[in-house]
Amino acid sequence: MPGVTLDVNGKKHTVDVPQDMPLLWALRDVMGLTGTKFGCGIGQCGACTVHVNGQPMRSCVIPASAVAGQKITTIEGLASNGELHPLQQVWIEQDVAQCGYCQTGQIMSAAALLNRNATPSDADIDAAMSGNYCRCGTYIRIREAIHTAAQRTGAGFYNAAPAAHKAPAADEAAAAEQAEHQV
Amino acid sequence: MSGVNLEDVLQALRQQSGGISRRGFLKLTGVAGGGLLLAARMPALAEEGPSLVGSVELNAFVSIAEDGTITIYSATPEMGQGIKTSLPMIVAEEMGASWDDVRVLQTEEVNTEIYGEQWTGGSYTLNREWNIMRRLGASAREMFLAAGAIAMELPRSELKAEDSRVYHIHSDASRSFAELAALAYRQPVPDPDTLVFKGRQEYRIIGTAKSQVDSNQIVTGTADFGIDTRVDGMLYGVYEKCPAVYGRVVSANIDEVKREPGIVDAWIIKGNDNPRELLDGVGIVGTSTWAVFQARNKLVIEWDESSASKDSWTDFKQFAESLEARVGSEVLVSRGDVDAVLKDDRHRIVESFYEFPYVSHLCLEPMNCTAHFKPGVNGAKDHLEVWLPTQMGPRFQAMAKDRYGLEADQVTIHIKRMGGSFGRRTSNEYACEAIELSMRAGRPVKVTWSREDNMKYDFFRAGGFQQIRAALDESGKVAGWEEHAIGVEQDGKQAIGSGFRTGAFPLASFPVVRGSHTLVPKKTLLGPWRAPWSNTHAFVTQGFIHELAVAAGRDHLELLLEMLGEPRWLEEGNIRAMNTGRAADVIRLAAEKAGWGREMPPGSGLGLSFYFCHAAHVAEVAEVSVDTNRKLTLHRVTAAVDVGPIVNMSGALSQVQGAIIDGYSTMVGQKITMENGRIQQTNMDQYPVLRIPAAPAVDVHFIQSDNEPTGLGEPALPPLAPAVANAIYAATGERVRKMPLSELGFTV
Repeated sequence: MPGVTLDVNGKKHTVDVPQDMPLLWALRDVMGLTGTKFGCGIGQCGACTVHVNGQPMRSCVIPASAVAGQKITTIEGLASNGELHPLQQVWIEQDVAQCGYCQTGQIMSAAALLNRNATPSDADIDAAMSGNYCRCGTYIRIREAIHTAAQRTGAGFYNAAPAAHKAPAADEAAAAEQAEHQV
Repeated sequence: MSGVNLEDVLQALRQQSGGISRRGFLKLTGVAGGGLLLAARMPALAEEGPSLVGSVELNAFVSIAEDGTITIYSATPEMGQGIKTSLPMIVAEEMGASWDDVRVLQTEEVNTEIYGEQWTGGSYTLNREWNIMRRLGASAREMFLAAGAIAMELPRSELKAEDSRVYHIHSDASRSFAELAALAYRQPVPDPDTLVFKGRQEYRIIGTAKSQVDSNQIVTGTADFGIDTRVDGMLYGVYEKCPAVYGRVVSANIDEVKREPGIVDAWIIKGNDNPRELLDGVGIVGTSTWAVFQARNKLVIEWDESSASKDSWTDFKQFAESLEARVGSEVLVSRGDVDAVLKDDRHRIVESFYEFPYVSHLCLEPMNCTAHFKPGVNGAKDHLEVWLPTQMGPRFQAMAKDRYGLEADQVTIHIKRMGGSFGRRTSNEYACEAIELSMRAGRPVKVTWSREDNMKYDFFRAGGFQQIRAALDESGKVAGWEEHAIGVEQDGKQAIGSGFRTGAFPLASFPVVRGSHTLVPKKTLLGPWRAPWSNTHAFVTQGFIHELAVAAGRDHLELLLEMLGEPRWLEEGNIRAMNTGRAADVIRLAAEKAGWGREMPPGSGLGLSFYFCHAAHVAEVAEVSVDTNRKLTLHRVTAAVDVGPIVNMSGALSQVQGAIIDGYSTMVGQKITMENGRIQQTNMDQYPVLRIPAAPAVDVHFIQSDNEPTGLGEPALPPLAPAVANAIYAATGERVRKMPLSELGFTV
């Protein structure tokens, strides 16, 4: 199998995976990034949501090979420089989770929403979050938490690209600094 | 009575955010050396070393590190019900600890002699552990006070424990728990009978809102879910079973499947026909979950279905609808002369037929287990290590002994956080599948069920039917009540969750009543599903009481209160039996807070319901509107709940919000059917779930009575469906006697 080079959370990983292996399983089983969850395998539940070039995608239905070289951000890459993302902070403070299994996917969808709309309305939240199922029924607190994070950070934070989404270093020297490892 | 406004709880939580943020990325380091160690089940006190508190009943332990960190172990499994936070809150409260100093760790083993029962379910854990946790905390507090008296040379009676310190009440003198720990552990352990617990007015932690202790791990993707287990040398496994439960393997193209990419090995495995242990199947192990999922698609298996399920929902429904008998083959409860009341010409008889489907647990974390079986060599014993999300660690331990002959010292069980359970993770089959594959592979194996496996091989909530009738006298009072459930027999008896329990209202309390059932043997697997029995029985009975009110031209609230009768315990002092006074209080409160009786716009309505189960009295009022296209909107649910004192206000509110949304999701669109033994719904595209736009606002009001506290995982669910059904009637005049609503043409 030819290697596929994935750019995940700012690091490049060359992985030997079948061409049809979904990104979800490359992340979880091959790279050990288990924060992205398996729920349904058909893109219905949103537990596997990651960002590809800043857009929320269901990693259970995208072959890893199809996103080679694109900027992938998982929940493990959402915090930057040891600082939790404001959504993660609010999720903790407002005790959003119950079982917690869907919440990494919920947060990834919410982060993508706030990246493009710093002050979402309820209708915006409905539209952006409908693909993320919560079996425990934490929707009321998810909605409140998104509003709180939006109010707290204002438009400023989200108009600046979070660290994980910064453009890759163009020059070779910077690229060499990026940890590149075979998995 | 306290109304719990979400905004208030969020405000309270935010005010603590400093402490939570500071804990941010802290690594949990386990039990640090030194300090006080409170453990369980140690018979004698030691002069040196850790002095062990307590009686055989103490079932968690606490340690205090030199930096003041108080580690409290949680021994019962966490599945989202919040027990890993609420039980340590009780310990910390009685100790006089500051919650900011507390870290909670899950015990990494099952040892019921040390930790107590270590299972969770039935909304029972909080009640079971309440006094045990209070004793554990109060013992520690007394030992700190004794140590403080010595260290500060002050009378013990002038000391108090608060915020992880011992204070002198008449001066500024104080010592931290960390400073006193070494001395405290040399103090005599108090006799549990001498312990005095705090009064409710003294609480500083109990009754407040705390974010659950694993929030940080959950939002960073590092929470301790079983499915995330990774062990050195581990293979990934799947286990394919017959599409009709109890089918047996005749043959399979094993050699072909072994040649698939990433496949290490595959076997035909004979089971013991026990679906809670091991059914026949084909096991495949490989280098990734994807590899084994793909390889299973290449399987060609010949099944012997002579003993397999032939269940058909269509047949079941035809049987129930054509049943002429109005009294079932077995009468479970009978009081007064129901027949005479029903035949009385002066009475008006109201009669209905209700239907509710099988439903799936749909835990978002699929069933999974990682097992590593290590055969003993050179006379050493065999050893089994499992990483297992389960509500029932001790049940697994018993199975390991019975089925595999492994004593407790040959088994290491890591109890993992569950990504939802709702009663599902109470059986051992997904563990047995992993064990069988590890035994054959000679390596650790993680078995992961696909979503399709989870749908097909659930232990479902039983679908069923119910005839119900009652007599109204000339004054509009209910004179007699009769229920006949058409349910499922399994293993020669009433299946779990099928029909009703005789302790339910109004069967348990009404003076003229008869309850019976007719059971039909079915093989489709059944198990406990969030509030078993109650989740369907509430729909039938609470909808029907509203039908009676309408038929009598009376106010539903008034009729419901009348049916409860005088305030009384049905069994004096037993919180697991209904108290009609507590029931009336929650009903009145929910009605008042929802504005019962107010004028509603056209197409809108309020619906009321009440149910008692799991030692909880819960009333709910639903506010709905229905448009001309039958689009249903559930605007708001107002709930009044009496489960005694609330431990974690945030967790309690979460459970009520969640149960209401779960109840609504189930009612709106969920239905499992089967034909020729095969489950017809394979994934979430055929089993719709409620999404965020349809989530209602939820107002919760707790009556914090002085009764013992109990859990809230289940009891707020049953009243939801009848409240919505009654509200739809109020809005449209259309009676709902069947779930799901999607089959009646409603959309949300």
